[in-house]
Amino acid sequence: MFFPHTDEDKEAMLRTIGLDRLEDMFQAVPAARRFPELNLPPALTEMEAMAEMQGIAAANETTQDLVCFLGAGAYNHYVPSAVDSILRRGEFYTAYTPYQPEISQGTLQAIFDYQSLITALTGMDVSNASHYDGATAVAEAISLAYANFRGKRAKVVMSPALHPHYRQTVHTYNRGSVITIVGDDAENNPQQSPEALLPLIDDQTALVIVQYPDFFGRVYDYTSLAEAAHAVGALLAVSVNPIALGLLKPPAEFGADIVTGEGQPLGIPLSFGGPYLGIFATRQEYVRKMAGRLVGETVDNRGQRAYVLTLTAREQHIRREKATSNICTNQGLLALASTVYMSLLGKHGLRQVAELCYHKAHYAAQSIASLSGFDLWTKRPFFNEFMVRCPAPVAEINAHLLDHGILGGYELGEEYPELSDHMLIAVTEMNTKEEIDLLVDVLAEVSND
Amino acid sequence: MNVPADLKYTQNDEWIRVEGNTGTVGITDFAQDQLSDIVYVEIVVDEGETVSKGDACATLESVKAAADVYLPVSGKIIAVNESLPDAPETVNNDPYGEAWMVKIELSDKSELDDLMDAEAYEAKAKEEE
Repeated sequence: MFFPHTDEDKEAMLRTIGLDRLEDMFQAVPAARRFPELNLPPALTEMEAMAEMQGIAAANETTQDLVCFLGAGAYNHYVPSAVDSILRRGEFYTAYTPYQPEISQGTLQAIFDYQSLITALTGMDVSNASHYDGATAVAEAISLAYANFRGKRAKVVMSPALHPHYRQTVHTYNRGSVITIVGDDAENNPQQSPEALLPLIDDQTALVIVQYPDFFGRVYDYTSLAEAAHAVGALLAVSVNPIALGLLKPPAEFGADIVTGEGQPLGIPLSFGGPYLGIFATRQEYVRKMAGRLVGETVDNRGQRAYVLTLTAREQHIRREKATSNICTNQGLLALASTVYMSLLGKHGLRQVAELCYHKAHYAAQSIASLSGFDLWTKRPFFNEFMVRCPAPVAEINAHLLDHGILGGYELGEEYPELSDHMLIAVTEMNTKEEIDLLVDVLAEVSND
Repeated sequence: MNVPADLKYTQNDEWIRVEGNTGTVGITDFAQDQLSDIVYVEIVVDEGETVSKGDACATLESVKAAADVYLPVSGKIIAVNESLPDAPETVNNDPYGEAWMVKIELSDKSELDDLMDAEAYEAKAKEEE
């Protein structure tokens, strides 16, 4: 609960610093600048303000109004209404770090459950209480690996098929640091198989980073990369789509040491790009190098089950300059949303969602491939996203689709110039067969026929 | 407080036992008592590494704090206690014996002159208590 300062509080504080009035604190600001005329329009009533804001909001075109085939890292999944109603409970709505276990058992238990679900999904031993988003979670994997080798290994091999925004974030994080990032350069053909990264892995490599399914939707078994990394003592980080793990082998089974991911598909609305949820899980042996918060289960002095922040001695506010990372913020509410989502679906439900995505995407891919002028460019197993080479510029096709109320696929030429006529199409359980057929019909209008 | 007379001590509560040209390094009984239950030990130098006085050689975590262990002298690391990370409580139970952290070949014995003897260290520790 928030208690504002009372007038008595303010007077006491002013007395302490030897001032009479609050305004005395602003003497350093020139008088003319202290209370400038702001030239604002006349004040509106609540009713008028609401009408104006709704008018502005109505100009948005959302996935409520459009049929969505856009993915590329953020996916239009169904969010059960129970997610939002639990999220809005007052007990959870303040997402401050629960330092006082005496008054925070509910929040701590929710985070503990989140961690437990993420470890079950990824096959890892430990999960932190989350990061900002999928991009920053990948960047934190580098911090962990670098700290693990105590700064003695500074090379990171990064797949060009890792989400372009994640790669940008990784470069931003490591600008000016000693870390060298290889493998994701522009001349590297993103269409190559992950084995192309093998020659880059050497005894200076701290970490190898791949995505699963990769940015183009393709599913690879990364066993050979894991073996090559482990042979020289390096770690393997895998960035995942958590929904795909309802169907695919968990990354732990092919040797991942760190699993990160974007948690948005787990019950978090698209919301024009955020806030989202960064998943971060790893093996037990790296737990003390992991950034962020960790909630543990224990027993109180009456023998009752209780939850607390654990491993806090290594935390940023104590270790400061020696900490692996200075990120300790977690996405408490969004982690809770994903926890409720995963709990509602259960493991069979999650598998069902994944299967629906998989089958619908394959139906769409097959139908589009049969259109003249369109080529299915994804030649290997894929999950819910695939690449199509188009007979016309993607922007033009998307404008045409929008005229029919369809949000088209991602324009790959934006990030990969060599894929300028290629569209990345995502299909989820939200897309009905009728919607997929509509997409195919509208695409047929721009085909070569 | 146990402060063996045959050791040299640092301001930061490390001890060193010198035999010939070799020094063995750990943390004092006073330090382990202040830290309380040690739950994690990581030795952060490798055998064969050339190190300087003041470099961190280990990281400790207790239930209430984290601390670095600094080298009292310069030289070359000739051994690290590899079994210590598996039994961090040894630091509490036997700080001057089983809980040694590294052995170092001294490159400059005159650095020992900057360290405290047992009497001076005990006085310092009593003051901090």
